[in-house]
Amino acid sequence: MIHPTHRLAPSQYAILLAVVLTASFGDALLSRGMAQVGPADVHHLGLLIHALANPNIVVGIFLLIGFFACYMTALSWADLTFVMPATAFGNVVIALLSRFLLHEHLSLSRWFGILLLTSAVGFVANTPARTDLSATPTTPDPGVAV
Amino acid sequence: MHATSPLISWSCIAVVAILAIAGEVLIAAAMRQIGDLDVIRARSGLTGAIRTVLANPIFLVGALCMALNFFAMLFTLSLVDLSLAAPGIGSFNYVGNAIAARLFLKENVDRRRWLAMVFVAAGVFLLAR
Repeated sequence: MIHPTHRLAPSQYAILLAVVLTASFGDALLSRGMAQVGPADVHHLGLLIHALANPNIVVGIFLLIGFFACYMTALSWADLTFVMPATAFGNVVIALLSRFLLHEHLSLSRWFGILLLTSAVGFVANTPARTDLSATPTTPDPGVAV
Repeated sequence: MHATSPLISWSCIAVVAILAIAGEVLIAAAMRQIGDLDVIRARSGLTGAIRTVLANPIFLVGALCMALNFFAMLFTLSLVDLSLAAPGIGSFNYVGNAIAARLFLKENVDRRRWLAMVFVAAGVFLLAR
């Protein structure tokens, strides 16, 4: 059984949402930028420097820096097994963006993948953010709003 | 399409996944040791928070593992097809992280969280195919 140590404040849910959105949009912008720049290989590494002039790549890098900051903030008050399904939910956002914004076809197996990831987030959403087997379960965390 | 043997392909995938798991768990352990970043930022500002994170040796080893993971991923993609590497690494990563979090971070991974991790691994596999 998991002993609840604390619940999340609205600002902490906002951090988790930022983790999902910055990772999805950052990856999507990097992918779009690299598609515009062209394929890079070890013989043409200068192309990667040239890629830094692409606005999609620049914004994508800033979003991914923001993702890492939000991800570390989330790990400072939540379990890894709580944060990981939230980050995986970014795959669902990317799939839905590609379906409804880019009008790409989503196969039945991909829709099933979306269903599985959404269910996984539902499973952990109602569990406490931080659990620790070595901690005393009855000690409340005074720094976090309930 | 790459003509790499299954043994080499899966060894590369395992190495990438192990480095990712080590990096994630070490960074999570470091953040747990440092404490709530929101509180630290409120007390010492953004610069103080960044300095606190960068001064933590566990974080630095975790970041090194993530950097090695990036280069191992590039090496793997030169030998293994993306359609095999991406879902393979993604799935191993989520299940491996749940096991490592239980063993090393002493997280209380109950049945619901195990189920969530298996669903995430299967979902990522299906989406990345």
